[in-house]
Amino acid sequence: MFRFPRLGRLFAIAIVSALTMGSASTAVRYNDLGHKMMCVCGCNEILIECNHLGCPDSDRMLGELRASIAGGSGDDAILTAFQDKYGPTVLAAPMLTKFNIVAWIVPPAMLILGIAGTVVLVRRWRLRAAASPATPPAPHFPAMRERIRRETEL
Amino acid sequence: MPTFGSFALLLALALSGYTLVAGAIALRQLATGSRGRVSPERLAETARRAGIGSFVATTGAAFALVWAALNNDFSVAYILHHSNRALPGPYKFAALWSGQEGSLLLWAWLLSIYGFVLRLRHKVDVKLTAYASTILAGIQVFFLLLLNFAATPFSLASGPVAQDGFGLNPLLQYPEMVIHPPMLYLGYVGFAVPFAFALGALMMRYPGEKWIHITRRWTMVTWLFLTCGIFLGAHWAYSVLGWGGYWGWDPVENASLMPWLTGTAFLHSVMMQEKRGMMKSWNVWLIFSTFLLAIFGTLLTRSGLVSSVHAFAQSSIGTWFWTFLVIVLSVCLFTFILQRDHLKADNKIESLVSRESSFLFNNLVLLAACFTVLWGTLFPVLSEYIQGNKVTVSAPFYNRVAVPIGLFLLFLTGIGPLLAWRSSSFKSIRKNFVLPSIAGLVAAIVVIACGVHPWEIFTTSSQGSFYSFIAFTLAAVVITAIGAEFLRGAGVIARHTGQNLFASIIQLTRRNTRRYGGYIVHFGVVIIFIGIAGSAFNQSKEEELGFKQSVNIGPYRLECQSYSQDSNANYDTEYALLDVYRGGNKVTQLAPEKRFYTASQQPSTIVANHSTLAWDLYVIYAGKNPDTGQPIIKVFLNPLVAWIWIGVGIVVLGTGVALVPNMTAALAASRNRATALAPSAEAVAARGGD
Repeated sequence: MFRFPRLGRLFAIAIVSALTMGSASTAVRYNDLGHKMMCVCGCNEILIECNHLGCPDSDRMLGELRASIAGGSGDDAILTAFQDKYGPTVLAAPMLTKFNIVAWIVPPAMLILGIAGTVVLVRRWRLRAAASPATPPAPHFPAMRERIRRETEL
Repeated sequence: MPTFGSFALLLALALSGYTLVAGAIALRQLATGSRGRVSPERLAETARRAGIGSFVATTGAAFALVWAALNNDFSVAYILHHSNRALPGPYKFAALWSGQEGSLLLWAWLLSIYGFVLRLRHKVDVKLTAYASTILAGIQVFFLLLLNFAATPFSLASGPVAQDGFGLNPLLQYPEMVIHPPMLYLGYVGFAVPFAFALGALMMRYPGEKWIHITRRWTMVTWLFLTCGIFLGAHWAYSVLGWGGYWGWDPVENASLMPWLTGTAFLHSVMMQEKRGMMKSWNVWLIFSTFLLAIFGTLLTRSGLVSSVHAFAQSSIGTWFWTFLVIVLSVCLFTFILQRDHLKADNKIESLVSRESSFLFNNLVLLAACFTVLWGTLFPVLSEYIQGNKVTVSAPFYNRVAVPIGLFLLFLTGIGPLLAWRSSSFKSIRKNFVLPSIAGLVAAIVVIACGVHPWEIFTTSSQGSFYSFIAFTLAAVVITAIGAEFLRGAGVIARHTGQNLFASIIQLTRRNTRRYGGYIVHFGVVIIFIGIAGSAFNQSKEEELGFKQSVNIGPYRLECQSYSQDSNANYDTEYALLDVYRGGNKVTQLAPEKRFYTASQQPSTIVANHSTLAWDLYVIYAGKNPDTGQPIIKVFLNPLVAWIWIGVGIVVLGTGVALVPNMTAALAASRNRATALAPSAEAVAARGGD
C-alpha cells in the first residue's frame, strides 16, 4: 500500500540529488558563488560576469562575497545572507525551498512522463497489431518494392 | 518622406485587408459551391494580386524609413531616437530594426516578401496557395494594424526639428548587428509560411502529403535563417558584451531558441508523415506551436512580461500580441477539432527499436528542451503570481536541467540513423553499434588521459567536467556512426562503378541529398556540441597592467606596450596595446577598447580576441584604476570556441546540400557509364588511334 509513496519519495530524492550533485564543494568557492548570484544593478548579468563600466553594485557585492568567504561562512549561509539583503532575485537560480523546488522538478518529470507514455503507447499499438489477423501477402510486388524504396529512402 | 511612409503603410493595410476578406470569401464559395456576382476564381485572383500590391506598399514604407535614417530626417521621432549624424551609413540602415516600431516594420516587410514569393509561385497548387495566401494576409493585417495604430514608425517628433539625433545603442554598433536581426526575423517570420500551408491544408482537408513537399524547402530555409540568426546573435554577444560567453539564457535568447527547437522537431517528424503517413496531428501541432512560439517570443521581448538585457521598452503593444496569440490559437484549435478525422494516421509504430521510434524520442526530447526553456523563462512570473515574489532563473538552472537534455539529444542523434525502419533486429543493432561503441570507448579513454575527470562531479560543485566528458564521448559515437553511414553507401557505389571513395561519397550524397545533407547537419551539430563542451575548462584572470607589466594565462603571456585614449565624431575610446607571447615568441598584438558614444552617452566594450582551433584568447579592457590611471585588463582563455562557429558553417553546408534536388538514378547511371568509358577513350588516344 505504501510502496508507491515511498518509491515516489525516492524518485524525488534521486532527481533532486542529481540536480544538486556536488553542491557542497568549496574548491573554488568565490568563482562558484559569484556564478550563483546576479548583479543587482539591473543588467541581468551573473554577478561575477558583470562588466559594466562604473557598475554601482558588482564591485561592492563581490567585495561582500570575498569578506563572507574569508569570514568562514558556508555557501548556503552566504547565499541566504545575500538573499536576505538583496531579495530573492539576487540568486541566479531558485533554491530548493518550498514552491521553488517545482522549478527543478517539472522539466525532468515531464520528459520522463513523455518517454514513459510513449513506451506504453507503442507497446499498446504493437499488441493491437499482433492481435489483428495477419494480412495475406500482397500480390503486387512492384508496388511493394516501390513502397520499400520510399520508406527506406531516408 | 514620413507622409509617404505613413500612406504606404495605410495602403498596405487596405490591400492586405482586401486579400484576407476577398480570399476568405472566394475560398468559402469554392468550398460550398455557392457563387456570387464575381466567380470565386476571379475573386481569389484579385486577392492574390492585392497581396502582391501589399508587398510593394510595405516595401515603400520600409524604404521611406531607411531613407529618413540615411538623410538624417530628425523630424521623424523614430530616427531622432535611433540615429545621429555621425553614425556610419550601414548602422543608419540598421536603425530600421534597432527600435520597437522599426523592427515591427521589418517583420511586416519580411512577411510581405514571403507572401510575394508564395503568391508568385501559386501555380504549384492554386487552391492550397490561395488558402495559405489568405492566412498570411491575416497575419499581415495584424502587423499592419500595429504599425498604423499602435507603434507608428513615422510619428513626428514634437517641437522644432532637432539638429542631431540621440544615436544608436552602442551595443548595436557592430557589423554583425547589420545582419543578425534580419536573419533572426527571416527565421521567425518564415515559419508563418509552413504554418499557413499546414492550417490551409487542414481547413481544406487537403488529400495526401503534398503540402509537406511544397513547404519542405520553405521550412528548411526558414530553419536555416533562424539557426544563422541565433548563432550570429551568440557571436555578437561573445564579441560585444564582453563577459566572455556567447549564451546567457536571457529571455530574449530563449525566445529565439524555443521556435528553433519545435521547428527542428517538425523537420524530423514530418519525414514520418511523408514516408509512412504517421504523426499527422503531431506534425500539425508542431508547426502551429512553432509559429505560436515565434509570436510569443516577440511578445516576450516587447510586453515587459519578463526583464531582459535586450528586450525592447515596455509598451502597450503587449495587449495586441496577447489578443493575436489568443485568436491564432483559437483558429488552430477550432480547425483541428473540426477536421481531426482527416489527420488519422495510416500506420502505427511497430517497434520501440526502430527508426520511427527514434524520431519520436528525438521529438520528445526536443519538446522537453523547449518546455524547459519556456518553463525557466516564465517561472519568475509564475513565482510572483503564486509566492508573491519574483525569483531569477538564469544560467545555473539551465546548466543543470537543459544541458542533460541536450546530451540525451546528442545520444539520439547518434543512434537514430543506425536503426532500421519499422523494426530493428538484435543482429543489425549489434552490427551497426559495434564501431561507434568502440569509438566512444576510445574517446572516453583519450579524454580522461587528456585531463578531463568526470568523477569531479562528486567532489566539486562543478558539473562541467562530467558533462564535457559525456559530450566528447557521445560526439565520437555520433561522428563514427555518421562516417560509417557514408562509407557503407559509398563503398557500394565504389564497387559498382570503380570510382574512388571520395567521388563515391559525392555521388552518394547527390543521389539522396536530403538524407546525406541531414547527416552533414548532424555532424555540424556534433561539432557545435564539442565547442560548447570546451566551456567547462574556461580560465580567466583580471589584473591591472602598467607599462611593460604582464599577465600569464595558459600558454600565453600578455605584456602591456601602451595604453591611451582617442576620440572621433561618434565616440571617445580608451584602449591598451598588449603584445601576446607564447613560448617566448610574439604571436600577435591585441587592442581591447572601451568606447563611450557621444550621442547616446553610453559605454561599450570592444573585445580583442585571438582565436585558434584550440582556444580563444579573449581580452577585455575592464576600465581604468582611478588611483593609478592604469588599465584593468580581464583575460579569458576559452577552449574550443572556434569549433562552434565551424560547426555552424557545417550546419549551413548540410542544409544547403539537403535543399539541392536529388540527382536522378538515370543521370547517375549515365554518369557512371561515361566514367567507365572515359579510361578506354584515353587508352585509345595513348595508342595513337583516331
